[in-house]
Parts: sequence; structure tokens; C-alpha cells
Amino acid sequence: MTTKTQIKNFVIPEKEYMYPGHVACPGCGGVLAMRLALKALGNKTIVVIPACCWTIIDGPFPMHSLHVPVYHTAFETAAIAAAGIKTALEIQGQKDITVLAWAGDGGTLDIGIQALSGAAERNDDIIYACYDNEAYMNTGIQRSSATPKGAWTTTTPVGNPKGEPKKNIAEIMIAHRVPYVATATLAYPEDLVNKFRKAQQIKGTKFIHIFAPCPTGWKMAPELMITICRLAVLTNVFPLYECENGIKYTINVVPSKPLPVAEYLKLQGRFSHLQESDIEQIQKMVDFEFNFLLKKAQLLV
Amino acid sequence: MKKVVTGNHAVSFGVKLARAQVIAAYPITPQTQVVELLSEFCASGKLNAKFIKVESEHSAMAACISASASGARAFTATSAHGLALMHEMLHWAVGARTPVVMANINRAMGPGWSVWTDQNDSLSQRDVGWIQIYCESNQEVLDTTIQAFKIAERVLLPVMLVLDAFVLSHTSEPVDIPEQELVDEFLPPYNLKTKLDINNPRAYGGLTNPDHYYELRYKIQKAHNEALVVIKEVCDEYQRYFGRQYGLVEAYRCEDAKVILVTSGTITSTARLVIDEMREEGRKVGLLKYRVFRPTPRELLRDILYRAQKICVIDRNLSFGHGGIFAQEIKSVLYGLPAAPPVYSFVIGLGGRDVTPKDIREMIEYTYKEEIPTESIIYRGVRL
Ligand SMILES: Cc1ncc(C[n+]2csc(CCOP(=O)(O)OP(=O)(O)O)c2C)c(N)n1
Ligand code: SF4
Repeated sequence: MTTKTQIKNFVIPEKEYMYPGHVACPGCGGVLAMRLALKALGNKTIVVIPACCWTIIDGPFPMHSLHVPVYHTAFETAAIAAAGIKTALEIQGQKDITVLAWAGDGGTLDIGIQALSGAAERNDDIIYACYDNEAYMNTGIQRSSATPKGAWTTTTPVGNPKGEPKKNIAEIMIAHRVPYVATATLAYPEDLVNKFRKAQQIKGTKFIHIFAPCPTGWKMAPELMITICRLAVLTNVFPLYECENGIKYTINVVPSKPLPVAEYLKLQGRFSHLQESDIEQIQKMVDFEFNFLLKKAQLLV
Repeated sequence: MKKVVTGNHAVSFGVKLARAQVIAAYPITPQTQVVELLSEFCASGKLNAKFIKVESEHSAMAACISASASGARAFTATSAHGLALMHEMLHWAVGARTPVVMANINRAMGPGWSVWTDQNDSLSQRDVGWIQIYCESNQEVLDTTIQAFKIAERVLLPVMLVLDAFVLSHTSEPVDIPEQELVDEFLPPYNLKTKLDINNPRAYGGLTNPDHYYELRYKIQKAHNEALVVIKEVCDEYQRYFGRQYGLVEAYRCEDAKVILVTSGTITSTARLVIDEMREEGRKVGLLKYRVFRPTPRELLRDILYRAQKICVIDRNLSFGHGGIFAQEIKSVLYGLPAAPPVYSFVIGLGGRDVTPKDIREMIEYTYKEEIPTESIIYRGVRL
């Protein structure tokens, strides 16, 4: 296992590929995630967007706010639409263009998982990024399989909050033995940019799972977006790590003394109904999962 | 070069001659052989194309659409349940104005499971906006495959060519396979003016407010109108190159016909024999082969059918709660014409049940005999 807490001599590119005029809510994590991802990838990139908040965020026809081509596609087709574009470019001899599928957690973990799994199995040469706001936000905050246990959404109301833990999409993708899987979040922008750059250099299916809070759906103050991202990492709720070829794990941040999960939960209205005992249970689950990850990372040192 | 090939392989040869660049497909009986041969062509380098072995038909269509939007000539083939699974993406192909070409092997829908022919799969996709062309022979299948790319790329609409399960898909016939050089002349490389391009970064298919959406739909309808002209031109040009003509519809011995029989697909071949026999008996019967189903060749159908006294339509399909779909179409085409001939609507041969010359003769006799159709749907051969 290797541990990296800092990426040396690295600055985030100044060049912008996202212009003002997008229509996201204030403090939207998904927006900053795209801005950083494109800074990393540069202008030789085509972005594929299925139904999700980003369908709206980019702006209505005939406007759009990204300075790269954007191809909108149906909800469950991000991975295969990206693969179709990449294949078409290759047969026309344009081999140096990065095709980025950019989908929400619903479009990735739920309805889109068939196409994503298909692409991963074929090792289609795309980067697939899931910006995870832990619910169906575009349709008004309904639970997805990325919604964490205990969270409120409009379909998991306070009297009956989400009962099941979050589906672990990164591990599902790692199990496909794709060349590169990484997690990232906005409080660690150099790490995020670095991972997209790394993914761009690798041939095959690359999967990047981005923890991207949604102030609207999480009932949180927009200005806390980065704080929450940092807390998610420092509490081990959302560990930052990479896995190459389904085998070689690198945990990028191992907090020497993890903060209590309660610190993370208490800033979000979607968890405000939780009792002490619920929080204890969540803490146990988080500890278990992180230790499990550490063990996996130690398997092949 | 003449070769004895199945309908399925006629499609494959057509796609090869058309130099498709991206093929994405998922197996389903009776389509499978189409893409098996194509994957062999790709593997051996006989066709310079990329074959994406997708995990579902929904993905096959999604891949074809995005590949097409990126400037590659794209093809897929499917049947019945595969086509139904694509439904959402069939809409998408039209809205995105991508000239994808697809072969659909007409197969009945389950349950009960049936792999045999009927038209409910393709006809239930009637309103998605694809051009639909129904073929009668393996030669027509091959020729239509090549034509389909040219039509699709001229009007920026996807084209579905349709052939009957087993009767064509698995039946071998001698087929004249044209020379590649000549096909290359007939069908120049795909050149999409507006496509995904990093040097001209645009958004395709984004959120469209009521201010713009309606006009986009209007333009799709305009493209269908244009397609009526383009299909005719492409057929004429094809005849100049390869000596075979199909057209939007085929009127066979209709000039002085009192009763005109309307058929589609392979029932047409059987019907042609019956028409010849009855003509020899001095009966004034004609046959109209409905080939291009969408766009509707309205004027042409009117011109041919209006002169007859009665129209007998054979449907190997059934729109539940209403009736045979081709009959509906014919009725709507004739609607409003003073003294339009009555339409006798027959439903027969569902799930691949044989349609014999005797059946066809009986339906024509019925049409002769009854003053008006006695029922809105006349079922032939249903055993209760
Ligand atoms: C086949 C289909 N079913 C449902 C929808 C409706 N729909 C649009 S976006 C969306 C939710 C997207 O959620 P997610 O992928 O998590 O992205 P987010 O909106 O949270 O950014 C749903 C359910 C659709 N567009 N297509
Ligand atoms: S609802 Fe949430 S994810 Fe969607 S734009 Fe607003 S903040 Fe972003």
C-alpha cells in the first residue's frame, strides 16, 4: 500500500472550459467537478451527458456553457454513447480525442449500470465520470442506490428513511478489472485533476467516482460544499483512492485520526432526524468499510 | 456476381458494399446471421469497420446514433423484442437526425414466444419517425440495404428495412451482388456537415424549450415529405446503375382492375401468382405492393387505388382494439375522396401461420362477393 497526501509541483490549469451562464443551483458540487475535470482534460475532449442535472446545467438550446462539444443522450446510455463516439472517431483516424461520459449517480449506479458494465467488460476506451450527489436530483430528490443509509429523500421520508447502505460502485467497477478506477472530491482539487490526467493517459475504460454534494437535495448551506467534501474524506465516509487493473490499490488520504462521522452528518438537513443510535450504527459501518478497504490495499503491496 | 444467399446474408452483403464504418448489434433469432457474417467481414478485414459487441439492443441503437452523430456510417440489425427494447432510442435517432440504417427481421412478439414472422414488431414503431421499407425478396433486401444508406444520408432520417422471418431471413435465393466499384460510385462516403467536432464545440440534443422544440419536429415532418421524392430519385438512380427498380409502391396489373389487393412483405410473391391465375380466368384483379410504409406515399396510393371498385387489404399484423394496420393506412389515404372504394380489411398469418394461394384467392373472392365488408376486421384461418 502506498499513501500520498500531497501531489508535489502541481498546479491546476488556469484555462477555463466552462463559462459563466450555466444554470446550476448555488454551491452545486457537480458544476465544480466538471470545471476541474475539463481543466485536466483540455479541449480535445467530447462530453457525453445522459439525463441528469447536467442536462439542464449546460444551458438550454441554442446556448451551452462548455467550450467542448457536448452530446446529450438518453438516461441509461452514457457509457455506450461515449463508446459509439470513440469508435466512430477511431475509424475516421482521429485517435487523440478523449471521450468523457459524465453521469449522475442514478444514471450510473441504477439505470445506466448495464451499459457501463458492458463498456467496462469490453474495455471501451472512454473515461466515465459519475458525479455522485447521492440521489435523483433532477427529478426532485428521490432516492437512488447511491443514497446512504439513514438519509431523507422525497421517496425515503423522515418516518421511513433510506434503509439500505449505498451501493459501492467503485468496487463494482474494480471487479470489472478495468485499467483505472479512482474516487475524487472537490476539497482535493489537485487530486481530482491529477486523476483525470492520469485517466487520460490510459487506454481502456477509466472510471472516476466524484463525491459531489448537492446543497439543494442535502438541505445544507451552499457555502459548506467544500467543507462537507473535506469532512467526507476526513471521516472516512468517502475515502480517496485509486485502483489499477482491479488489483493495485492506492489510498490517497489516510486520516491519521479520523473525525467522527457525526461531524459530517450534522451539517446536512437530510440527516437531521437521526438519533444517537443511528449515528453510532453509521459510524460502525464507516469504520468497517474503511478497514476493509485498508485490508484490500494491503493484499498486494 | 450471382450468389445463392439467405435474406439475412443479403443484408450483410449490402452493408459491406455500403462500407458501413460502425456496426453495433446484439443477437436475436432470426436476425443473428446478419451480424455474424458482418463480424466475420470485420475480423477478416473485408470490411473496414468497427464492430461493437454490445450488451443489449438498447445499447446497440445508442451506439449507432452517437457514432452516426460523430460522422461514421452506422448499422445495426434486430428483430421483435430487440426492436421493442430499442424503442426509446428509435425516437432518439430521429430527434438527433442521425441517418442510422437498421434491418429488422419481422418476428412476432411474445408471449407466447414465437420466432416466426408477423409485422407487429415493426408496425408498433410506426410513429417514431423512422423510414420503413418492407421487402419481398432477397434481391430486394440487398438492393434496399444499399439504397437505405443513400436515402438516410440525404434526408437525415434513420431507415429501417424490414424482411420476413424465415420466409426471407433463412431462405436462400439467387441474388445478384453488385460490384463494389459501382456501389462506391452510387453511394459516396458519408459526409455529415454538422457533427461532433472539437474545433467547433456545439451541444447536441440539449434541453429545448417550447420556443424551439416544435420547429424541430416540423422539420422532421418536412424531411419525411422530402424523403418521398428522394426515395423515388434513389430508386431511379439505382435502376440506372444496377438495372433494378422498386419504387415507393409497386402496382401490378392494376390499370383496369376492379378489385385491388394490397400486400406487403413476402405475401406479395404468393399474391402475384394468384393475381396471374385470376387474370387468366378473366377476373379484373390487381395487386398493390406496399413497399415504403413511412413516409406514406399518399398521392401514389390514391392514384392507383381510387380507380378500383373495391380494395382488399391483407394485414399480417393487428393493432389490438382497432384492426389491421395497413388497412387503416389505406382507409386514411382514401378518406375524403368522393365515392372512395370500400376497404376490406383481412388479418391473417399471425405468428408465422402459412398464408397460401388458396387463402389469398378466398380473400379476393370474398371482396368480390360482399357488397360491403361485413365486419371491420375479417379474420382468415383463425381456429376457435
Ligand atoms: C428512461 C428514463 N427514466 C426516467 C427519466 C427521468 N429522469 C431524468 S433525470 C433523472 C434523475 C437523474 O439522477 P442522477 O443520475 O442521480 O443525476 P442528478 O439529477 O442527481 O444530477 C430521472 C429519474 C428519464 N429521463 N429517462
Ligand atoms: S439540484 Fe443539486 S445537483 Fe442539481 S444543479 Fe442543484 S445543486 Fe446541482
